[in-house]
Amino acid sequence: MSAQTLYDKLWESHIVRREDDDTCLLYIDRQLLHEVTSPQAFEGLRLAGRKPWRIDANLAVADHNVPTVDRALGISDPVSKLQIDTLDENCAEFGITLFSMHDIRQGIVHVIGPEQGATLPGMTIVCGDSHTATHGAFATLAFGIGTSEVEHVLATQCLLQKKSKNMLINVVNKLGAGVTAKDLVLAIIGKIGTAGATGYTVEYGGEAIRALSMEGRMTVCNMSIEAGARAGLIAADDKTIAYLKGRPYAPQGELWEQGVAAWQKLQSDAGAFFDCTVHLDAYAILPQVSWGTSPEMVVPVNGSVPNPADEPDPVKRKGMEAALIYMDLQPNTRMVDIRPDKVFIGSCTNGRIEDLRAAAAVLKGKKIASNIRLAMVVPGSGLVKQQAENEGLDMIFKQAGFEWREPGCSMCLAMNADRLEPKERSASTSNRNFEGRQGQGGRTHLVSPAMAAAASVAGHFVDVREWEVN
Amino acid sequence: MQAFTTLEGLVAPLDRSNVDTDAIIPKQFLKSIKRTGFGPNLFDEWRYLDHGEPGVDCSDRPLNPDFVLNQKRYQGAQILLTRDNFGCGSSREHAPWALLDYGFSAIIAPSFADIFLNNCCKNGVLPIVLPVKQVDALFQAVEKTSSYRLKIDLEHQTVSTPDGALLRFDVDPFKKECLLNGFDDISLSLQHAEEIKQYEQRRKSSEPWLFTAAAEK
Repeated sequence: MSAQTLYDKLWESHIVRREDDDTCLLYIDRQLLHEVTSPQAFEGLRLAGRKPWRIDANLAVADHNVPTVDRALGISDPVSKLQIDTLDENCAEFGITLFSMHDIRQGIVHVIGPEQGATLPGMTIVCGDSHTATHGAFATLAFGIGTSEVEHVLATQCLLQKKSKNMLINVVNKLGAGVTAKDLVLAIIGKIGTAGATGYTVEYGGEAIRALSMEGRMTVCNMSIEAGARAGLIAADDKTIAYLKGRPYAPQGELWEQGVAAWQKLQSDAGAFFDCTVHLDAYAILPQVSWGTSPEMVVPVNGSVPNPADEPDPVKRKGMEAALIYMDLQPNTRMVDIRPDKVFIGSCTNGRIEDLRAAAAVLKGKKIASNIRLAMVVPGSGLVKQQAENEGLDMIFKQAGFEWREPGCSMCLAMNADRLEPKERSASTSNRNFEGRQGQGGRTHLVSPAMAAAASVAGHFVDVREWEVN
Repeated sequence: MQAFTTLEGLVAPLDRSNVDTDAIIPKQFLKSIKRTGFGPNLFDEWRYLDHGEPGVDCSDRPLNPDFVLNQKRYQGAQILLTRDNFGCGSSREHAPWALLDYGFSAIIAPSFADIFLNNCCKNGVLPIVLPVKQVDALFQAVEKTSSYRLKIDLEHQTVSTPDGALLRFDVDPFKKECLLNGFDDISLSLQHAEEIKQYEQRRKSSEPWLFTAAAEK
């Protein structure tokens, strides 16, 4: 057999049936469910009189809509409550495992999959959420799907899919001190654009990727969709295996040993063909801050807001002009002169324990600036929260003036009460700076957890590398 | 799903690239547990001057006169003409549900985001990819012609303009078949239930570690 990419291997091993036009019936090993994109799928199942094909392949959790304060009081918004109650009822009716809002294992769906070991190398994983590529950090083929496809997987354990093309993003050298996985992925999106990887499955490789922790790799894969790729992957190695060992849903004993032996082969073969290869030098990447309303609108922190007049493409120029009006920014403004009103640390991109540690390391012994109206930490799961509290990180955040919240998606998409008011500006560790994403009229600047923490203390964006020196 | 065969309809232009699904249907409306009723909130933050919430009667809300879909000449449009990377962002199927509920059955753009394109095809909304130059020309034609209409023929994969030009487009053969016939693709897949079972048995013996049940823990 000719040399294969990791994606080729994962794809081939999951084909149940191939049609003449190369549409494949692809087997799905794990489906993660949440309250927003599943109710209509369960309803469809009921209306057609169908049953889930393989109940134990599904794992459900409420995350998008849950309150991050005063959980004991329940959910005050009746519309949100109905959606979460509907998930509870659907899981009870069909026998699907659900981590309820009061379960310590509850959290953001893409945080809890790996945390529980429900994400395993060699799997296909889907979820009705575009950030499902997060799980690709474990050499899984993981991608976001719509509600019709959620229903399809529930009913058949399969999806009808056409194979994407292969893209390799090769990052040579290592990231410098104070430069994180978030900066790396923002720099990648800035380079290839928000549709740069549309139609591709991206494999991230090279020394910088190998050097990342599993959590850093999850941050990188998480934002693949922000470059247009449904799936992003990273080859399995010793870190992958060490991360999963002993997790509740991971296999044990003899099965674990067999799994490990197989997972060690989950890499692209030497000489495998990629339709497109992109090279980046990690040394050259600085801490990043987004300035506009698309994740591709990003610059290094020592840079300035670009001038649309310098953009030759008229469609792009128009997009930049609209972004500057929405963001209320002038061309050539230095990024370090931009002052956020709110700071949000959390999300499926940056809500894990290492993210909280990185932010706390910057905040220790300091206070948030007077212009910061609200600074909040929303841990990615109940277990992340517990771990952080065991390490005393919650005290560092609280002493600095941060609010310490319950786990959920929170202000990443502002479906619950956590949001920006019109014209408010955020430093946010989330993944999207779209118009209205964090609240109607809200203005989002995407950054790493350390950069968000530093901005909260300085009251404006700063280069966290200099911050650490001072 | 509703079949898509041919469509002769009024075109509305949305001259922006990277229109994301948060713009198409803002998050607060995703709390609904239904598939219908999203039309009045399509492009909510651009369309209205106030803040929209689920359950609010949109007929009383102040319209943004600058938003293109609020112009009288585009009322009743069934074809949306737009720019690159339409539908980027989240996987919410509420986006095509909202477009369909509003009245759009076809969208023409130089490119679409993957998940969105897939979601459209599951709901009888036809995404048509045309080259940038043709899209530019259509924008100009829509701008200068009142009641500009196009005729779309999925079977023959053509868009006919009022001046007689015939623009051809590509479409995935399987998606075309499903759209033309309004197929429920779950039924199609379940015709292969035996093959799915055989595959499952094979993998249970070759990779048993992947079948450790979540529910057993």
